[in-house]
Amino acid sequence: MAKITLQNLAHSYLPNPSHEDDYALKELNHDWVDGEAYALLGSSGCGKSTLLNIISGLLHPSQGRILFNDRDVTMEPTTQRNIAQVFQFPVVYDTMTVRDNLAFPLRNRGADATYIRDRVQQIAAMIGMEDTLNHKARGLTADAKQKISLGRGMVREDVNALLFDEPLTVIDPHMKWELRTQLKSLHHEFGHTMIYVTHDQTEALTFADKVVVMYDGRVVQMGTPQELFETPEHTFVGYFIGSPGMNVLDAKVKGDKAVLAGTEIALGKGFGTPDGKVELGVRPEFTSLASGEVGLPVTIKRVEDVGRHKIVRADFHGTEINVIAPEGANISPEMNRVVFDTAGVNVYSNSWRVAPKAA
Amino acid sequence: MNKTVNQKAWFLILPVLLLVAFSAVIPLMTVVNYSVQDTFGNNKFFWAGLDWFREMMSSERMWDALGRQIAFSVIILAIEIPLGIFVALNMPKKGFWASLCLILMSLPLLIPWNVVGTIWQIFGRVDIGLLGYTLAALGIDYNYTQDFYAAWATVIVMDVWHWTSLVALLAYAGLQSIPDAYYQAAKIDQASRWKVFRFIELPKIMGVLMIAILLRFMDSFMIYTEPFVVTGGGPGNSTTFLSIDLVKMALGQFDLGPAAAFSIMYYLVILLISYVFYTVMTNLDKRDGH
Repeated sequence: MAKITLQNLAHSYLPNPSHEDDYALKELNHDWVDGEAYALLGSSGCGKSTLLNIISGLLHPSQGRILFNDRDVTMEPTTQRNIAQVFQFPVVYDTMTVRDNLAFPLRNRGADATYIRDRVQQIAAMIGMEDTLNHKARGLTADAKQKISLGRGMVREDVNALLFDEPLTVIDPHMKWELRTQLKSLHHEFGHTMIYVTHDQTEALTFADKVVVMYDGRVVQMGTPQELFETPEHTFVGYFIGSPGMNVLDAKVKGDKAVLAGTEIALGKGFGTPDGKVELGVRPEFTSLASGEVGLPVTIKRVEDVGRHKIVRADFHGTEINVIAPEGANISPEMNRVVFDTAGVNVYSNSWRVAPKAA
Repeated sequence: MNKTVNQKAWFLILPVLLLVAFSAVIPLMTVVNYSVQDTFGNNKFFWAGLDWFREMMSSERMWDALGRQIAFSVIILAIEIPLGIFVALNMPKKGFWASLCLILMSLPLLIPWNVVGTIWQIFGRVDIGLLGYTLAALGIDYNYTQDFYAAWATVIVMDVWHWTSLVALLAYAGLQSIPDAYYQAAKIDQASRWKVFRFIELPKIMGVLMIAILLRFMDSFMIYTEPFVVTGGGPGNSTTFLSIDLVKMALGQFDLGPAAAFSIMYYLVILLISYVFYTVMTNLDKRDGH
C-alpha cells in the first residue's frame, strides 16, 4: 500500500515530441492518496490507459517522475513495483486450471503453499468460482475468464496499488454490479490504493471516493461525485457526467448579467467580464419550463419519459436545451420559456470554469 | 417438415469424384495392379495374389530402410522444432530487421531440392568444399562418402539448414498473434521468462506447431532428392531411406511387383501415422475444451 506521486509526468508515443499535441499524456502533477479508491473517467483515447500503464511500469514516461511513498520508482520495472493490474480483455493462462491461474502470482513470489491454498479459496468465493476451481481455464466463457483475471489481480494482499483498466467491459450487467460491490468491500477491508479506469460514469460514481476526469491527455478535474456534478471545472466534465449532460450555451457575460442570443438573464452572482469564448453551463436538473415573458424563448421539440422524470428537448435559436421535468409535470405547448435556477449556473471561459466573484 | 428426397443430388459431387479419380485413385490402381501380379518380361503378367506383400513383410531390407527412415525423421524433428521455436523467439518483432530476417529465413525454402543436395555435396567435399576442407584442416576425419557418421551428420545438418526456417516462420507467425496484454499480465504477475514461454507462448503457438510437426514429419518421411544427390544412399546402405530404396528396387532392379507392394505399404504407413497425429491433435483440443 502506498501513496503514489506523479511529478511533471508526461508521455508521448513519438520518439521526438516537439509540440504539445504530440503528447498522449500532457504534463501532470498529482498525488494518489494512500488507501483511496479513485475512478479515472474519460472518453476513449484520452490517455487513461497510458497513465495506468505508466504507474504500473509497463510504459516508461517521456518525462517526469513517479514516486511510491516518496521513493523514486520511475526506472523500476513492473516486477519490482508490486502492483496488481487487471486489463480490459481477459488474460488467462489457458493450459492451467482456474486454481493454478489464481495461485500463479503468489507462487511466482514464493508464497507458502498452505497460505496459497486458503487465499485462492477465499478469492474463488469472492468471484463466485469455487465450483470451477479444477477446470481448465481454456474452455470458459469470456466473463468467467475476466473474473479469473480480476481474481488474479486481487489475490495478493500486499500490493502497492490495484489498477483496473475497464475490467468489466465484457461482463454482463448483473455480474457487473456484483463484482463492483465486491471490489468496494475489498477496498474497505484491505484499504488498497485503487485506480479504476472507465468510460462509464455510473461505474465511476458508484465505485470511487474521488473521480478523476481526463480529457485530451489532461486531468481536467478531480473531485467527489457531488463536486463533479455541481461545479464542473471544464465543459467536458459537465457534458460527460450526467444524463443528459450539461447544457452549454454561448453567451456574453458582464457582471451578474448574461446575454444569450439577444435575451438578457440574471446570474445571481457577479462574474466580472470573462474574456475568450464565453459559455454558460446549466445542468438540465437546474432548468425548468415556464410560460410568459421571463426566461429564454424556446420551442419544445420532444418529450421523453424515462420513468423517474421527463426529459424535454427544447430548441433555442438552433441550440438544443435539455430540461428535466418531474414525472407528474404537465407539459403544454404554451410553455415557451426556459428558466435557470441561478444556483446551478456556471460560467466558462475557453471551456474552463470562471469562479464567481463575491457579490 | 418433410425432408425432400432427391437422389439426383448425388450428381453434385460427381465433379469432385472425377477429379479425385483421375488425380489419385486411377494412378494408385496401376500400382495396386503391379503389386498383385508377376511378370517374366515380354509384357506378360500373371496373378501373384498377396505374395509380394508377404515377401516385403519379411524383407530385412525393407525393415532396415524403415528403421533408418524413422530414425531420420525423429532426429530432424527433435532438432528442427526446438531450434525453430528458439529462432522465432529471438527474431525482431517489427521494423526493418524483422523484414530482413523474414527474407533471409525464407531463402533456403526457395531453393530446389536437388540444388540443395548439390550445394551440400560440394560444400562437404574434402578437396574443394569449404566445410569439408575446414574440418579436414582442423584435423577432423570427415568424409561423407566413406564414413557412416559423417554421412548421417551431413544429411541431417542439410535438412536442418533447409527446413528449420519453415518451423521458425510458422512459430513466428504464432508468436506475433499473441496480444500484448498477455505479456503485460505476466509482468504484473511476476512470471519468469521460462514461465512466459511455458504458459503463454507455447500454448498459444501449439496449433501452428502441430501443423509444422505434421508437415516436417511427412516431408522428412518421404525425403528422396537431397540425400540421393549427396550420398546416393551410401556409404553402403547407411543413408538409404525408404524412397531411395524404393526407387532402387523399382527402377534399378526393375522389380515392379515387390516395389509396388512396398509403395502401398509405405503409403499406408504415412497415412496411419498422419491419422494418429491428427487424432491426437484434435483430442488435445477437445480435452482442453472441458
